[in-house]
Amino acid sequence: MLELKRINKYFGGLHAVNDVSFRVDRGMIKAVIGPNGAGKTTLFNLIAGNLAPSSGEIRFRGRAIQGMKPHRIAALGMARTFQNIKLFQGMTALESVMVGRHVRSRAGFLAGMFHLPWTWAEERAIRERAMELLELLGIAEFADVEATSLAFGQQRSVEMARALAMEPHLLLLDEPAAGLNIYETAEVARLISRIRDMGITVLLVEHDMSLVMDISDEIVVLSFGEKIAEDIPSAIQQNPEVIRIYLGEDEEIA
Amino acid sequence: MQFTRSRAILCLILLVIAVQVLTRVTGTQFYLTQLTMAAYYALVVIGLTVLMGYAGQISLGHAGFFAIGGYLSAALTTHNLVPYAHSPLVHFLGRIGVLVQGRDIYGEQLLTVTPWAACVLAVVAAAVIALLLGIPVLKLKGHYLAMATLGFGIIIYRIALATDYFGEADGISDVPGFTLLPGIGPVGPLVVNGDFGNRVQNYYIAWGLLIVGMVLLLNLIDSRVGRALRSIHGSEEAAEAAGVDTARCKLQVFVLSAVYAALAGVLLTHYNGGLGPSEASVMKSVRYVALVAVGGMANLWGALVMGVSLTFLSLRGVFGSYDDAVFGAILILVMLFAPDGILGVRPGTLLARLKR
Ligand SMILES: Nc1ncnc2c1ncn2[C@@H]1O[C@H](COP(=O)(O)OP(=O)(O)O)[C@@H](O)[C@H]1O
Ligand SMILES: [Mg+2]
Repeated sequence: MLELKRINKYFGGLHAVNDVSFRVDRGMIKAVIGPNGAGKTTLFNLIAGNLAPSSGEIRFRGRAIQGMKPHRIAALGMARTFQNIKLFQGMTALESVMVGRHVRSRAGFLAGMFHLPWTWAEERAIRERAMELLELLGIAEFADVEATSLAFGQQRSVEMARALAMEPHLLLLDEPAAGLNIYETAEVARLISRIRDMGITVLLVEHDMSLVMDISDEIVVLSFGEKIAEDIPSAIQQNPEVIRIYLGEDEEIA
Repeated sequence: MQFTRSRAILCLILLVIAVQVLTRVTGTQFYLTQLTMAAYYALVVIGLTVLMGYAGQISLGHAGFFAIGGYLSAALTTHNLVPYAHSPLVHFLGRIGVLVQGRDIYGEQLLTVTPWAACVLAVVAAAVIALLLGIPVLKLKGHYLAMATLGFGIIIYRIALATDYFGEADGISDVPGFTLLPGIGPVGPLVVNGDFGNRVQNYYIAWGLLIVGMVLLLNLIDSRVGRALRSIHGSEEAAEAAGVDTARCKLQVFVLSAVYAALAGVLLTHYNGGLGPSEASVMKSVRYVALVAVGGMANLWGALVMGVSLTFLSLRGVFGSYDDAVFGAILILVMLFAPDGILGVRPGTLLARLKR
């Protein structure tokens, strides 16, 4: 599904991602963990096309995608959420999720201006699909509320629904549980498992380990931009170097 | 959504008819002249609204596109090609039927481009220039985009002012009428010109065009592409992540709004029988931006109402010699107290803003 080969990224003198390689196989939930500043978000931005790697290759569904524009990567079947939620100001929750259907629909500029009959059915389908996703995420009642005015947890759900609306092959989640309480976190964990069961491969970044240990099939550990371990959760929990890093940061492994 | 919109359009059509009937009954048909001109200016404003309010891209150069439309059609339909009649290009143009012969007021033979051909050429030229300008400058954001488009506007203004072909400071006059449709049987031709007897017809042509232009933009905003545009305004990064080709979308609306401006320029020039460099001036661009802002930025109806009413007042000379200053003041006041436009303002929020 996704393969990173010796990815490097420099910000000036800062080596934010250092020679990182790993694979994400179809149908799995893979997690990238590491302390703050380890380079996790940067790694996501490289995969999703928001940044170009300084060197290395990223292959997605058999294609080299490094340096491609984000919208093209999205069209290939990759969706993402952002660590600091990015919703569309001035658009309702429903409309925001409908934007997610962009890659799965085709009415163009002139078709829209002339309101051509064939676009009506497409519009209706877009709306219905978006509504279904709001229901799946339990926020259907806020469909017509401006997305940015919703509570934090609900905003995360809108973002997730927007990503799912793209029917992606691979879903990138950047700290999906950040800022959520333990109940909401458990809810998110269940949701991620469900997403995997829909046949969507998931790559998620987490700072807090409790979530990832339960649901991930494999974990990559980053520290100062370097991959220091890659294994199944139980092995990661035993890994002395991982423990050292996390104890060093005064965190406890769940 | 669909239903209320159709109703709003219907109300607008009825209002347009009612106003015309009213001016006839009260013998105030002279108002129709400014209402016609205001409709053409409003066409520029609603096009710019989609670019600024929905796609979130500012342009301080739209008078430039208006002028490209107006000047090209004016120059092509007035400059005599008789001296060049034997050049292969003119010969070719004559063969494909885009030239028209006539006589000027002194009885001299005239050979000019037909208004239809000039119109198509002018609008296409504006579109191509918008495309070529848009590809590099739409990569810029905020102030930088504003300055780049401002620079474009200044260039067009100086070209109009300095080029003999465009009449320098005098502009171009004696622009002929534009026969949109020839007369068929008992039905007379549809002509855009400033003839006194043609005032009512021109009023309906201008407003008909404005309403059609409005419907097309309302459709666009409500479509898949319209949603994509609004998402760019909301968060460009998230729009890209959702698969929206933001660069392409921005370019498309930029070209579209330039086409609206150029078309308005063409028709208003035929209506007025000419135009001068002030139509290309930066103050005109600022005026369009002020009208978009006062209409509520992302509000096509607001833009239409404000575009028509304030332009009408300005054309009636209500603002006197403070005309440009009024629009400057409007811009300042809107930005200070009602960045979402004055149609959306409630007294409470206004007070809150004053207190801050
Ligand atoms: N655009 C940028 N320019 C310069 N430095 C950056 C940029 N983005 C991230 N960094 C730096 O790269 C490092 C990794 O950051 P990040 O990827 O956000 O870490 P994480 O998501 O693991 O917390 C940090 O030191 C951060 O300051
Ligand atoms: Mg991060």
